[in-house]
Amino acid sequence: MRKFILRYLIPRIIQYLTLIFVGITVTYIIPRLAPTDPVEAQVSMMIARGNTLDPQSVESMRAALTDLYGLSGNPVEQYFAFWGRLFRGDLGPSLNNFPTPVSKMIGQALPYTLRLLIPAVVISFIFGNLFGALSSYYPANRALNVLEVVGQVVRSIPYYIVAIVLLVVFSYFIPIFPFSGAYPIGTRPDWSSIDFILTYLEHAALPAATLILVGFGGWFVGMKSLTSNIISEDYVVYAETAGLSKNRILVQYIMRTAILPQFTALAMVLGTVFSGALIMEVVFGYPGIGSLAIRAIYNNDYSMIMGITIYSIIGVATAVFIMDLLYPLFDPRVRYQ
Amino acid sequence: MLKVLRDLLRYDGRFRLAIILLGGVAAMVLLSYDSPYDPGKSFVVPWDLPPSREHLFGTTSRGQDLFWWLTFAVRNSLYLGIVTAIISRVISVLVGLTAGYRGGWIDRVLMAISDTFVVLPLLPILILLSFLLRDSMNLLNLAIILGLFGWSFDARLIRSQVLSLRERSFTRTAIYSGTSGFWITINEHLPFVLPIVFATTLNNILWSIGMEVTLSVLGLSDLTTPTLGTALFWANQHGALVAGVWWWITAPAVVTAILFLGLYLLFTSINEFIDPRTRLRLIGG
Repeated sequence: MRKFILRYLIPRIIQYLTLIFVGITVTYIIPRLAPTDPVEAQVSMMIARGNTLDPQSVESMRAALTDLYGLSGNPVEQYFAFWGRLFRGDLGPSLNNFPTPVSKMIGQALPYTLRLLIPAVVISFIFGNLFGALSSYYPANRALNVLEVVGQVVRSIPYYIVAIVLLVVFSYFIPIFPFSGAYPIGTRPDWSSIDFILTYLEHAALPAATLILVGFGGWFVGMKSLTSNIISEDYVVYAETAGLSKNRILVQYIMRTAILPQFTALAMVLGTVFSGALIMEVVFGYPGIGSLAIRAIYNNDYSMIMGITIYSIIGVATAVFIMDLLYPLFDPRVRYQ
Repeated sequence: MLKVLRDLLRYDGRFRLAIILLGGVAAMVLLSYDSPYDPGKSFVVPWDLPPSREHLFGTTSRGQDLFWWLTFAVRNSLYLGIVTAIISRVISVLVGLTAGYRGGWIDRVLMAISDTFVVLPLLPILILLSFLLRDSMNLLNLAIILGLFGWSFDARLIRSQVLSLRERSFTRTAIYSGTSGFWITINEHLPFVLPIVFATTLNNILWSIGMEVTLSVLGLSDLTTPTLGTALFWANQHGALVAGVWWWITAPAVVTAILFLGLYLLFTSINEFIDPRTRLRLIGG
């Protein structure tokens, strides 16, 4: 147990903290390297919007914004103040929906993203791996080969294009799915009514399908190449000679061994999948973090974009950390170190 | 080199398909130099015409011929992809070779940084960055930014190659002959990792073009430059689907898909060719 903590747990915790530290530091440095001063940009935009302001109130606004962006004091003080505000969970108010805090708006949008993202990742992981293993175990199967081609084709194409193709085909040319949103405009979310849940699922179908389709091909191809060497291993041949059922060999002998690198890969692609979910939401007008981001871009809501970036980094880092903590459950070598 | 090409053409169907698809894309790039229309001008042709013999992909609501406009878009997107790939290749080769050869704490620090870049959600960071640089954003700047962010995974790949090269006897011979570490890395190890560098270049081009599409759709790139992403941005801005101008969305999406599929097939085909185990299966040796 001691060895496990020293060899496995502590390096993972250090990795987790490094990830957050580097990510947050990058988001701290970026605005300060940019040639445009966010405060001046904001002030000049407010003036350009036609608000007639006397010089004194412009000056007080400038001071307020400088404080808001954490731009007072020297860079080192600013950096510590930045972390201080992060620990308090205070990311400032949204500039566009003043004075609603950024954290609150992200908190409202996040469940929509997660309710879509988590099932989609789990489904594509399970089915991609299962069919990938099947395809290398039954190399002559026509249907599986077709599935491999489809998976490879979709996998190579960016999320945005897959989403827009699904949208054009299934809600424009063949209108069987709704065009946008998480539920029809004007309805109130009511989780006790079956009707509402059904329309919710109907609206989530195409967005989820995008994420599942793009993910599926990657797991399929990965699992196939991992298992292609395992199927000719001695212990598999032995199990076959011993007359074990094919399903049992596939799941307990072949997939069990190959699934571990796939778990590691899952932790590595979480950031990419999350980014994909953001852009997919923009296509489908799904009211999650992605839609929040595009609205912030249109409205020049700097603090919101900053908040989304920070929350994304912490969120993805934490998800990866949780996966690292779960990994010993699947890998006995780590467990019994 | 020619023999490799011939082998690939003969034995690998994916490679043949990739050549056909990329040939079509290359033809579009070449045609852009002979375009009858200036992509910067709008309302040079009647607007909202569906695809016809005269206007192959139809015309946009801004009065542009979509086919000729897309020839510029493909050219610019490829340019972006290649510049990004060159920048990020330089970084990943440097980091990978150094980390792999030096080992020790340099290796640990470099790999900690590169692992961080692998795991970080890049899109939000790139959104923040391009949001702040919006006024000075052009194709070259975007390529540089993407190049600075897109090296991490391949650096790790190159490092793992060098780790095994370091244990080979020729490295030891070189060290005992007094060859400097720098020279060993450049002269002895680099040639071994070049095939991988080439394969990952294709993958990196794919990644950066996809990122450009994403950022442009969000309105965060230089929207006056025709690229595959800005094509989709303007189509969305004019509500192309709602207005029934479906070809405005479909054409760039299809062209992007063809480009991606072509590059991806080329990547997997070359990747399997590099690996001797899969190559034998491929050519039936």
